Amino acid sequence: MIELKDLGAGYGGHAVLHGISMAFPPGQVTVLLGPNGCGKSTLVKAALGLLPDRTGDVLFDGISIDRLTVRQIAQKAAYMAQARNIPSITARRMVLHGRFPYLGYPRRYRPEDREMARQALAWADAEDLADRPMSELSGGQRQKVYLAMALAQDTETIFMDEPTTYLDVKHQMEVMSVSRRLAELGRAVVLVLHDLSLALREADQLAVLEEGMLRRTGTAEEIFSSGVLDRVFGVTVKRIWTEHGWQYYYV
Amino acid sequence: MKNWRTSSIPRHKPGTTAAVLAGLVLLVAVLNLCLGAETIPLGTVGRVLAGQEHGTVAFRIIRYVRMPRTCACLLTGAALAASGAIIQGVLSNALAAPSTIGVNAGAGLLVAVCCAVAPSSVALVPYAALLGGFLGVSLVLFIAERTGASKITLVLAGVAISSIFSAGIDAVITFVPDALNGYSDFRIGGFSGMSMTRIKPALWPIVLSFTAALSLHNEMDVLMLGTEQAQSLGVSAKRLRLLVLALAAVMAGAAVSISGLVGFVGLIAPHIMRRLVGEDSGPLLVTSALGGAALLGGCDLLARMLFAPFELPVGIVMALVGGPFFIWLLQRRGHT
Repeated sequence: MIELKDLGAGYGGHAVLHGISMAFPPGQVTVLLGPNGCGKSTLVKAALGLLPDRTGDVLFDGISIDRLTVRQIAQKAAYMAQARNIPSITARRMVLHGRFPYLGYPRRYRPEDREMARQALAWADAEDLADRPMSELSGGQRQKVYLAMALAQDTETIFMDEPTTYLDVKHQMEVMSVSRRLAELGRAVVLVLHDLSLALREADQLAVLEEGMLRRTGTAEEIFSSGVLDRVFGVTVKRIWTEHGWQYYYV
Repeated sequence: MKNWRTSSIPRHKPGTTAAVLAGLVLLVAVLNLCLGAETIPLGTVGRVLAGQEHGTVAFRIIRYVRMPRTCACLLTGAALAASGAIIQGVLSNALAAPSTIGVNAGAGLLVAVCCAVAPSSVALVPYAALLGGFLGVSLVLFIAERTGASKITLVLAGVAISSIFSAGIDAVITFVPDALNGYSDFRIGGFSGMSMTRIKPALWPIVLSFTAALSLHNEMDVLMLGTEQAQSLGVSAKRLRLLVLALAAVMAGAAVSISGLVGFVGLIAPHIMRRLVGEDSGPLLVTSALGGAALLGGCDLLARMLFAPFELPVGIVMALVGGPFFIWLLQRRGHT
């Protein structure tokens, strides 16, 4: 399990995050919420050790991130970034790169890596894209391939920064259902989302950030009744009971 | 940085392309050995290569003139093109070439100094070029490392160091105008008067760094996904970027020590190959090396033959043939 202890981070000496302490428990979908620029992506990057300017600590199964190599971290946590490069390689090869942390020098992909990549493509519903070049795919299709790459990495924790961007409603729901299935398999899934109603409906745990600080963590029920979303986003969040459970909306 | 490349879709199987290119390299090599002021029949060339015909004119022409020149062309072309492929990929920059990271300016400065200080020691020029190239790149990498080793700091450090070194070259030539004689040959580049002793010091650095770079091709592919994504896949992006660029610099520096500043092949060959085999670093490196060798070998043949018995510097032919070809390539990209 990954735990953040009084984590602070920033860019070029400018602090963006301050004193964040929370954990991403296995078997749960954790959603990070907050207005633009509040530090959600920074939190994810800092938790993965991608930012040099860091204070506090990140513990991977109780071990400080400073004592882990880049490769060891990559075997424990996968990252689906928000901004990406699109190389002109096939989707299959792209997904195969997810197996990279498990290879020794010289890196040669083994049959089991290829099998894992095939399964990951199937999980992400991207099997039909396998042999197409990334540069020819639509934004939504690329998103699925990136998701498959994160799945192929086969880590206990998966961070996804705005995984539903570029996706239509159906595919957004598919991403959420993959997240749910992963959580049921005992993985810790951490999502950065902008869609409040989707987040409140699907998350086991929510963390609300504002101006680089953690305002509150809790279940959808706790977050909703605390009114923290209303204060942070400047809207009024409401809910209505339906046959599918509580549905949230805002005015 | 979505679409800086001149190609996107691999259209041919890399193995087939590599085989065709290898055939092309062989053809260019044979033509280079056969053709010239004195045309030597293929059979005689074969016998000379097999160690027969000792003491004949054909033997001497091939052994002491055309063989070293052909080897030099192929080796330099391969090294510059492979180096260019690596540098373009690692810096995600279509305009990047060995000169971008300071190889040319560094080599040029030390050659200018060498020509000024010891104008009679022509034999020192290749070593000065080799050392200067390494010096230039080491400075660029050192500065980039101190400033975060991002792609843009690498390019900017390269530009800055190149400007400083160019000013140094101008200063040397201003104070010692005679240095221009030797430096000018180096700057234009070419393969006339080539000998095996000039090739030998560069051979191993090129072969070893090419092999090392090829063994890192999967790492380079991951690096192209972006610094953060690469690091989240267990690749230490900054360190790898510096290491791979150092290997590219060794290849380019060694090549420049043989041929002088032959431009363009390091820029254009990787672009052509990217169009043919796509962006997987492994096939791209191999085909770039083969393509670069064929291209430079072909251009040198033209340089020797076009206005025989006069000879054009290969750099001029390269620019005259390569330039329009490159523009045609870009136009085709615009249409597709």
